[in-house]
Amino acid sequence: MIDKARALKTARYGQTITVLAMVGLASVYVRALGFTPIERFQGPAQKILYVHAPAAWAALMAFGITGLLSLLYLMMKDRRLDRVAAASAEVGLAFSVVMLTTGPIWGKPIWGTWWTWDARLTSTLFIFLLFIGYLALRNAVIDPVVRANYSSVIGIMALVLVPFIHLTVYFFRTLHPQPVLLKPSSPSMPGVMVVTLLLSIAVFTVLYVGFTMQRYALGLLREAREEEAAHAGA
Amino acid sequence: MSGSGLWRASLAIAAKDIAIEWRTKTAFVSSMVFAVLVLAVLYFARDPTAVASIDIAPGALWVTFTFAAMVGLNRAFLLERENHALDGLLLTPAPPTAIFLGKVLANLAFVGAVEAVSLPLFTLFYDVPVWRQLPQLVLVVVMATLAFVPVGTLLSSMVVRTRFSESMLPVLLLPFLVPPLVGAVQLTSRLLAGRPLSDLPEWVRLLAVFDVVFFILPFLLFEATLDE
Repeated sequence: MIDKARALKTARYGQTITVLAMVGLASVYVRALGFTPIERFQGPAQKILYVHAPAAWAALMAFGITGLLSLLYLMMKDRRLDRVAAASAEVGLAFSVVMLTTGPIWGKPIWGTWWTWDARLTSTLFIFLLFIGYLALRNAVIDPVVRANYSSVIGIMALVLVPFIHLTVYFFRTLHPQPVLLKPSSPSMPGVMVVTLLLSIAVFTVLYVGFTMQRYALGLLREAREEEAAHAGA
Repeated sequence: MSGSGLWRASLAIAAKDIAIEWRTKTAFVSSMVFAVLVLAVLYFARDPTAVASIDIAPGALWVTFTFAAMVGLNRAFLLERENHALDGLLLTPAPPTAIFLGKVLANLAFVGAVEAVSLPLFTLFYDVPVWRQLPQLVLVVVMATLAFVPVGTLLSSMVVRTRFSESMLPVLLLPFLVPPLVGAVQLTSRLLAGRPLSDLPEWVRLLAVFDVVFFILPFLLFEATLDE
């Protein structure tokens, strides 16, 4: 039986953490826009880095956690692990959308194109699609135990697949060099920018924790509801 | 169960599946029609005055192979869903590994047969010099097929027991097709250009490692999908 009171408590903790992270996010914006110098070559467009890179970090961390929790679930068969994995995947998907939309907005002025089949872009796109599949599968299975088993299997396979996808697109790119104009440069940043970026990464990590806790609680409440419905039907 | 017992059990399961397919030929015929259609559509989806058929041939070949294979993979466990046939299989003394191996073998036979018929058709339609490098090309086909059939079999075993099962397999399988498919297309285009495989050693290595990893992993995970 699911303890609804505890689920609500987790949701409230998650909310508090999210609100704190939002305040942190606002401060990071202020710092990034007002107190961090404008990059000499890229101009104001570079500011998007302070959202894009942390979102990418949070998304990949979320998917990594989903994969690891899937592995742990199959070993320990603790349903909580599966619920956190599912919550993490969904939150990761939200951060991926931020990553995949802010990226092209920056790419257009800097690279001269919205999209390029660069190794990193391509692999993140496929990881995104992989986790859409993960969540689609979850939605297609009704029995919670079967759902947990299936999605853990997908989570583990995804974790193993990611390095292969990265190697694939990396080989593909090195064989077909792209125009010099589109080449992503790796800027070594001055300290003040690095501090803003690190702050933003910290804030996004807290945001991830807040979101995932709330999503976990929501999943728990939904299962409680399903249980009630099943009992009422029986 | 001993090693030879496992083999016998899985061969029996594979033989059962192949016998069912041999008598009805439903999946094979639809896969073949599908393959011919894809080859034809891709041939006409280009400007013949600007793009030579050999330029799109490797991609066309592999899109055809993988999509035609998907029709067969979908069917592998669909067979067992009717009348709860899978429960019957699980009640036999055959261990789950043997059931999975049997399914993988049957699928390999099915996909291999589809490929064996489509490859000559492809040569005919696209007028490409396949025969010069046939052994190497067959090696690439075998490696890429070994790369996706075990994963596809595992995914198929899960999706048949979900809602929207037919549309689910492509969604889940396509990301897993990326490494073998890209590798196979790269190697095929080299071979069709008359170059040896040793031109692209990194792709051969990638395919080989992928084959090993994604052969072992589905075997380890299959049992977890049976728990209910």
